[in-house]
Amino acid sequence: MLEKIVFGVLDPEIIRKMSAAKINKTELYDQEGYPIEGGLMDPRLGVIDPGLRCRTCGGSVGECQGHFGHLELTRPVVHVHYSKIIYTLLRMTCQKCGRILLDQAGIEKFATGKKSFKKLKSMMKAKCPYCGETQKKMKFLKPTTFIEDKTMLDSNQVRERLQKITDADLIYFGIRGMRPESLIITLLPVPPVTVRPSITLETGERSEDDLTHKLVDIVRINKRLAENIDLGAPDFIIQDLWELLQYHVATYINNEISGVPPARHRSGRILKTLTQRLKTKEGRFRHNLIGKRVNYCARTVVSPDPLININEVGIPLLIAKELTKTINVNEKNIEHVREMIKRYPEWPTVNYVIRPDGRKKKVNELNKEEISKEIGIGHTIEKQLEDGDWAIFNRQPSLHRMSMMGHKVRVMPYQTFRLNLLVCPPYNADFDGDEMNLHVPQVEEAQTEIKLLMDVPNHIRSPRFSGPIIGCSKDHITSLYLLTHGQREFTRKEVVELIRSCGIEIEIPNKKKISGKEVFSLFLPKGFKIEYKASCCIGCPKCLKEKCPYDAYVVVKNGELLTGTIDKKSVSAFSGKMLDEIDKKYGHEFTKEFLYNMTRFALKFLTRYGFSVSISDQDLDEKIMKKIDEIIEEARKEVDEMIKDFKKGKIETLVRTTPRQSLEAIIRKKMADTLNKIADIVEKNVTDNNTVIMAKSGARGSMINLVQCAACLGQEAIKGERIKIGFHRRTFSHFKPGDISLESKGFVRNGYKQGLNPFEFFFDAMNSREGLMDKSLKTRHSGYLERRLIGALQDLKVEYDGTARDSGNKIIQFVPGEDGLDPSKIQKGGINVRKIADDIFG
Amino acid sequence: MSEKLQTTSLDDVILPIKILDEIETVCKEKKLNSNQKEKLIQIIKKEYMNSSFEPGEAIGIVSAQSISEPATQMTMRTFHFAGSSGIQVTLGLPRLIEIFDAKKEPTTSTMTLYLKKKYNNKTDSERVADTITEKSLRNFVETVSLDLVNKRIRIKFKKIKKSDLKDTVAKLQKKVKDYKISIKENAMALESKEKQLTIKDLQRIKKRLLDLAVTGIQSVKNAIVVKEGDDWVIKTLGSNFLKVQSFEEIDFMRSYTNNVHEVASVLGIEAARMALIKEIKNTMKQQGLDIDVRHIMLVVDTMTFSGEIKPIGRYGVAGMKQSILTRAGFEETIKHLVKASLRQEEDTFNAIFDNVMVNQLVPIGTGMFDLIAKLGEE
Repeated sequence: MLEKIVFGVLDPEIIRKMSAAKINKTELYDQEGYPIEGGLMDPRLGVIDPGLRCRTCGGSVGECQGHFGHLELTRPVVHVHYSKIIYTLLRMTCQKCGRILLDQAGIEKFATGKKSFKKLKSMMKAKCPYCGETQKKMKFLKPTTFIEDKTMLDSNQVRERLQKITDADLIYFGIRGMRPESLIITLLPVPPVTVRPSITLETGERSEDDLTHKLVDIVRINKRLAENIDLGAPDFIIQDLWELLQYHVATYINNEISGVPPARHRSGRILKTLTQRLKTKEGRFRHNLIGKRVNYCARTVVSPDPLININEVGIPLLIAKELTKTINVNEKNIEHVREMIKRYPEWPTVNYVIRPDGRKKKVNELNKEEISKEIGIGHTIEKQLEDGDWAIFNRQPSLHRMSMMGHKVRVMPYQTFRLNLLVCPPYNADFDGDEMNLHVPQVEEAQTEIKLLMDVPNHIRSPRFSGPIIGCSKDHITSLYLLTHGQREFTRKEVVELIRSCGIEIEIPNKKKISGKEVFSLFLPKGFKIEYKASCCIGCPKCLKEKCPYDAYVVVKNGELLTGTIDKKSVSAFSGKMLDEIDKKYGHEFTKEFLYNMTRFALKFLTRYGFSVSISDQDLDEKIMKKIDEIIEEARKEVDEMIKDFKKGKIETLVRTTPRQSLEAIIRKKMADTLNKIADIVEKNVTDNNTVIMAKSGARGSMINLVQCAACLGQEAIKGERIKIGFHRRTFSHFKPGDISLESKGFVRNGYKQGLNPFEFFFDAMNSREGLMDKSLKTRHSGYLERRLIGALQDLKVEYDGTARDSGNKIIQFVPGEDGLDPSKIQKGGINVRKIADDIFG
Repeated sequence: MSEKLQTTSLDDVILPIKILDEIETVCKEKKLNSNQKEKLIQIIKKEYMNSSFEPGEAIGIVSAQSISEPATQMTMRTFHFAGSSGIQVTLGLPRLIEIFDAKKEPTTSTMTLYLKKKYNNKTDSERVADTITEKSLRNFVETVSLDLVNKRIRIKFKKIKKSDLKDTVAKLQKKVKDYKISIKENAMALESKEKQLTIKDLQRIKKRLLDLAVTGIQSVKNAIVVKEGDDWVIKTLGSNFLKVQSFEEIDFMRSYTNNVHEVASVLGIEAARMALIKEIKNTMKQQGLDIDVRHIMLVVDTMTFSGEIKPIGRYGVAGMKQSILTRAGFEETIKHLVKASLRQEEDTFNAIFDNVMVNQLVPIGTGMFDLIAKLGEE
């Protein structure tokens, strides 16, 4: 267990101590292609070629992590990332004696008061309170130049200044445990070759890492600088070379300094140096440290299978043979393991055997007998996936915890993952080519946790809204609606046939005729009771409850569905009230079985009964069509009148809007009302055909969809306004400029079924394009919002004392959520005292 | 854990006050005797125990996901009319992001002002709405002319009451001290104390003068009256919660602003917390999304528990975490590493990112504790 990491700045002493080699040669390899000692690929810095051994520690590739070397800079240079703090130090300490520019009183005040640099800056004295030196003006030229009264300070001078600062003064700058002169680089640590491995191309040529390239530059300039100094070259040449060295070291650390041209590869490509390696999404931190890659996983297309249970996942045999689970061989399972190995190519068998010394052996037909004899306690095997093993199933984007759930493996023929339709809502999966991932846990602990915590039934209730997120959708709901709506009756023979053909073993009452409601009741738990309004409720002003003429008032007593229709409000994901209640009262496991059995039956029923939609479902009576025509005509007339009034300047303006804006607002409202009126008429006069049944039961589509197909699309809007008459003051050249009538501004009179005219078609296309844009922009924004929220909240957890705390052990909430209730364990709103009291005392 | 829960005595369970109150009212309603009440309490205690958080629960992540998962379904459409009338407010995803960013000034700040009983009628409410609206001189002016010879600006006022005019001019005088103002009935002349003015300057001054706010509350750009139930409610565009307090007619106790920073500075951090919760809740509700308040509370509490409103993100909550590696792994990697190195900071691996980085078990949920098996015992 790693307990802590301390961050700090390396001082030259430590760099020298940890160095395995002194680097001073610009060449990397000699004529034979072997690395040169003292070059940047020095064999003492570690090994990257397989077969060779490290000259420092003797390890081979993989064993030896590499060793740092060092490079002595002829002249010191500034570390770019620290230049800002160096400036602060230079400016706020005396230029002569190195003390902080604060008198004793100031120090005391600062130490007890607010500790910010801004404050410190304002308290600074112009004259050193300790030696009386008047301070010259300091200037900082990004990235690495310091100017004092128009003369440039070189790095040696800066270093001397920093050396003078006392440890006691440093605390006021927020610097602890280091000497500031270490911020000036005199000794450059050379990273081990394992950090910057060279790649051998197919042609046998060696391609060096960007860091190596950069380091070669540094070594070369450093050498040239030393030679020039030795030769006694003129000052300006030395100065130039020094600056060049500064440039190379700076870009070696960060190649994206503003105002500094980035260092380039020979080919013109910008080099990726140290900072670039760590930074951004593709950098070391976010790409390799936070995000990890895994083994023992699979990905393929998903397809539905209503016959497997909701916590099962169908896995193609091909994948099951490849994926393995690690098992330790012990007294109890050794015989079983031997048999499995002997069975070899036949599934389920063992792919690999790992001996206690760590040697891994692949099982094949030739060695299976030998291995099965050889195997003993303490060996580990990698067994192929079998029915009943646990796995994590996942679909991206993993927006919530229900996007990764534990499923039991079921090995099946063909090439796709199979999942029950009931788990589509939490994964947000459909079968138009969606792919999903599977992960196989390897240790017992993980398998247990998946079984106990990640299992599908555990996630029936979503923590987001305390309701069921696993539940029926589409055909399930249509089927149950057809089954339970009204007084449908079946003969006993029919019912027996249906239920038994699903393989469900429940007792079927011995009656000649069985109603649909009674059939549904067979699945309900005994003693179950609930009352609510179904989804097909049209919201009459006065509810007749049990006597609802639309059969929309659901009453269940003692496990019997007495009145009402089972539809979206009852059993669907997100809004299933009955599901919610059953889950609370009878537990996840019961709900799982209830859902599984009921939906299997529902699908069987729908298959037998038959259900199809047709284009003629959207036919409307000629009378109704005429009525709709009238409504539209009326609206058109009114709008025309309004426009006329507007042109005369007779319009009543709303508060603080221009007349034009008011007109638009009124027309928009008028058109919305018109569509609502049409929808009302359609809804009232439509016959109960299959399309309408889908809409009413909440299985798919809505009345608005139907109206838009059958009658009229209504007003198209872009950015919430009628379509604008842009630069040419008209939408199409077929209209007059400045025409603001309904037709010209995107009113679509026809429905999809009648077909749109070219103008209408274009307006509709504009609208749907806006929708597409909106969607793609939205995902970006909400994706970043998620990342930020997770970044802010990820460490919060409930402690043993019941408080919610962050990783710094600070208390965020004394009682989480003000009542300490876990939203994934309660029904909406919390504990309903009244309901509990009703249950026990009536 | 469930084993442990069952063995803990029910007497140790402390019910939240909200539930206790509910029990009281239900008992009174149903006229339960003390035995029955005790029975009810026992059952509810058991229920409470089974439904409360278990130690180690990663509530932060669950809450973050619960908010951002539905956020993917929100619309980008920015504006919506509040009520039937003119005040537009930012809504949907942009508003949600704005709240979490803790922007100092929301793109559309708005106040909802209720009136005291005495003034709760149409005329008074409209009067108040009118007085609080910030109005520039332009609103009172009929004509403006420039006297180019004398370098003067002549303003002729609309027909208003004399006293009102006096007020306006007095206010104006306070704001423009460099000018001499002379009044003549319905007109006014301004003369700059500075003599050398070009025509261009004069034009500039004229424009500035006309845009000068003379009456109303600063930054209240518009105010309309809406009837909500029995109340006449004033809705404003632009917010200045502090100044509204001084109006005698306004019932400050019920009034509200959507600028949470103003709430924090006027009423304190607890009020700001409530305002934040309300804002997020309303934004979600308007989009037809269903989220448990508990999640919103947790997010808002992390934003406000330090005593000031901190944004979610690198400059707020996430950037102030204790753990260096967590900060480096989130955003601005280099900045945090450099800072940590100067202070010799330590990372103690209490957070998630830190442990993920070094392939260690995360100290949350089942990773929070170790298990010791008692071997050789039955």
